[in-house]
Amino acid sequence: MATRITFRVDGKDETVTVDPDMPLLYALRDDLGLDNPRFGCGLAQCGACTVHLDGVPTRSCVTPTSAAEGRAVTTLAGLGTPERPHPVQQAYIDEQVPQCGYCINGWIMTAAAFLRDNRDPSEAQIREALTGLKCRCGTHMAILRAVKRAASLA
Amino acid sequence: MTLRLSRRAALRATGALVVTVAAAPGEAPAQPAGAGAPLSPLPPPGRLASYVAVHADGTATAFFGKIDGGQGLDVAIAQIVAEELDLPPARVRVVMGDTARTVNQGGASNASGVSQGAVPLRNAAAEARLMLVEMAAARLGVPPGALRVEDGTVSVAADPARRVTYEELIGDRRLDAELRWNGRYGNDLNVEGRARPKPIADYKVVGTAVPRRDIAEKVFARHAYVTDIRLPGMLHARMLRPPVAGARPVAVDEAPLRAIPGARAVWKEGFLAVAAPREWDAIRAAAALKVTWSEAAPPFPEQAALYDHIRNAPATKRGVPLQEGDAPAAIAGAARVVAAEYEWPFHSHSSMGPGCAVADVRPEGVRIWTGSQKPHAVRDGVAKFLGVPPETVHAVWVTGPGSYGRNDAGDTPFDAAFLSRELGAPVRVQYTRHEGHGWDTKSPASVQRVRAGLDAEGRVVGITFESKAFSRTNIATSEADPRDSLASQVLGGGLNPQDTYLFPGDFVPTEPYAFPARLMAWETIPPLLDRASPLRTSHLRDPLGPELIFAAESFVDELAAATGADPVEFRLRHLREERDIAVLRAITERAGWEPRPAGPRGAPGDRARGRGVSLARRDGTVVGLVAEVEVDRGSGAIRVRRMVVGQDCGLIINPDGLRRCVENALIYGTSRALREEVTFDRNNVTSVDWATYPILDVAEAPEAVEVVLINRPDIRPTGAGEPAVRTAGAAIANAVFDATGVRLRRGPFTPERVRAALAGA
Repeated sequence: MATRITFRVDGKDETVTVDPDMPLLYALRDDLGLDNPRFGCGLAQCGACTVHLDGVPTRSCVTPTSAAEGRAVTTLAGLGTPERPHPVQQAYIDEQVPQCGYCINGWIMTAAAFLRDNRDPSEAQIREALTGLKCRCGTHMAILRAVKRAASLA
Repeated sequence: MTLRLSRRAALRATGALVVTVAAAPGEAPAQPAGAGAPLSPLPPPGRLASYVAVHADGTATAFFGKIDGGQGLDVAIAQIVAEELDLPPARVRVVMGDTARTVNQGGASNASGVSQGAVPLRNAAAEARLMLVEMAAARLGVPPGALRVEDGTVSVAADPARRVTYEELIGDRRLDAELRWNGRYGNDLNVEGRARPKPIADYKVVGTAVPRRDIAEKVFARHAYVTDIRLPGMLHARMLRPPVAGARPVAVDEAPLRAIPGARAVWKEGFLAVAAPREWDAIRAAAALKVTWSEAAPPFPEQAALYDHIRNAPATKRGVPLQEGDAPAAIAGAARVVAAEYEWPFHSHSSMGPGCAVADVRPEGVRIWTGSQKPHAVRDGVAKFLGVPPETVHAVWVTGPGSYGRNDAGDTPFDAAFLSRELGAPVRVQYTRHEGHGWDTKSPASVQRVRAGLDAEGRVVGITFESKAFSRTNIATSEADPRDSLASQVLGGGLNPQDTYLFPGDFVPTEPYAFPARLMAWETIPPLLDRASPLRTSHLRDPLGPELIFAAESFVDELAAATGADPVEFRLRHLREERDIAVLRAITERAGWEPRPAGPRGAPGDRARGRGVSLARRDGTVVGLVAEVEVDRGSGAIRVRRMVVGQDCGLIINPDGLRRCVENALIYGTSRALREEVTFDRNNVTSVDWATYPILDVAEAPEAVEVVLINRPDIRPTGAGEPAVRTAGAAIANAVFDATGVRLRRGPFTPERVRAALAGA
């Protein structure tokens, strides 16, 4: 049964009327037209759909939209802008990281939350924080360089 | 300022130049408006304006009939065109992969973007510059030879105050001329005009590091992917696949769909899909539909029997790409014979996102939005599939979720087109993760049998290298023939069988080495299922490279070990070409390689360290790798501590882009060597997601990768984005041998397999 669900997305109040069990990913993409969270697997295995839910990196492909009620969603588009880039975004540009770029929501949103809570991480901690995310183009080394760089920018 | 030359004046000024008044020199929208818009005429291959436009604002556009998959190929094209036009690269836009706006240059293929794809654009840009200089000569009243061009301004060399800009020369006109077209489409397409491209010694832009254009867009979530295309009235569709490969629906109960708004099923022969106005409803409908599938005989052998199956299967075709001397006789008469067999599994594209396409099929024309790296082939294939003329089909490439060969992006346009025609609405098809892994094309599983004879002094007297494998192309590597699509195959259409394991290009295993007698041969075996198979093969990044070089360079290492030689010295002793030698020297010097025979040293501990090397060619590129690993004897896990990869791909266009391209290719190859294996049971593929088809995790990535580039300004650029893929397997396996004394002859080198190999040693 379609239900009204209200939450904040990138600082803006939004209301959708959807099946409450529908994953948040489809509410963001199809109801709100926010394309940046991406469908990669629908299984919480790859990270392409990652958003922050009240600051916590969350796989929107398996999170029911109802779970977002009254909470704050931040997408990659809300993390920073060309004028005010988030340090991870700036580092991604500086290091020219992505190839196809389809995976970057997972890496950037996860790294942003990790660096917020860990100001001076070791490389091993960075790898552990990012483990499980997928990149099929093989940009692993550039991702690690960028997150290390972002840690120094933050 | 508007400048109009009469046709006569134009001809006088520039020979073959035809100046036409352009209605609008600006750009058509990159994504054509949905419905009913007339299809623009196709750009003719023999015209300059089909490749390069110089605009009234002093910018230029290159029309590139390939695409950039995120390697920065568009930047390299902009650099090359800017170089010939004497413009800053920032003033050159690149339009890619739109069949109405670019000539069919074959799409992304065989790492040919620069080596072949840039050539006609370079030639057209050179011609455009010549025409502009001739126009300036007429305007300034001096001979063309007295002029120089810098940043789009033409000035008299001896009197630089006398100048005219490209803007002033162009005005609102459209630069065009006839070019000599070689009559080919695809990778081999070329055009030439009167102008000669710049000598490389004069290059200013080519060879410099220019940043990518798409990265900031992607990082700020402003880059559109094919998955983001939405049209008014568009339906979302999902396909349904059989639980047993080869089964077909025999009964479909649509009753459960009545509870889902607008949901409906489309069933014809083996083609079964659901569609709904809302995406979530299409997903729910796919789950709700009740389907009875036919009883199909299990098509596959047990996975454990895969390599025996390959060995025992009848050969359908044999090729002998290289025969020098009588290698079998030389081996038969040798003092000592070294022989080994190497096995390599099926690999999946498993692209980052599953395939997606949008089709809008209307009586007046067809539009397809595709992430396929060969959009012109999609146009031709969909036209044949629908039975309409190709000029009524407009395919637009939009960045896809990764693509390294003929992946599932090549199947979705046919599904979408079929459904759009059936449903009378635009249709967006997106595959599931299960389809992206389970039903994409696979690279072929194979067995490599290698034998060599050594004389009493340990010199190689002959070598044979024989591959036996599934064909590399159960389906073609482009979408131009609809018989190669899943849609056509489940609809009962005929197949388009191809049967080859042809070693690609000028590459044959052990090619760089001067062995006195050689026999290099391949055999193919029949596919396991003759249609719509989840194990059908086609091209995956560096086709055949990983398996053949794993075998060849492991075997060369085995020869070195058999003769007690250092693996690098052994190779250097047999190499002939200076470029091969230079790459091997460059990587081993950087890695600090100390000569000694490979093999474990000291007391065996829990963790054994070793180093290995591999060297290969690929279509004119030379690539080599030193890998340093640590093997955990307890778990069998291989940790890659350091990789030093070297590449010589001729003239370097953009060193920064190239460095990343090589690094990413190496990581991709490392993933395939350490982790990747398609699994299946007797019914179907069972590696259907990231849990069942693991790839290299960031935690397992090498501790360090160093890229050594060798620039060859005197050698035309050759493929850059694939060669390093093939180096990883052998270098890692050779390093494991060095660490443990155990040879790994089957990929991937999972901890379980390494543990078993150590236990068996």
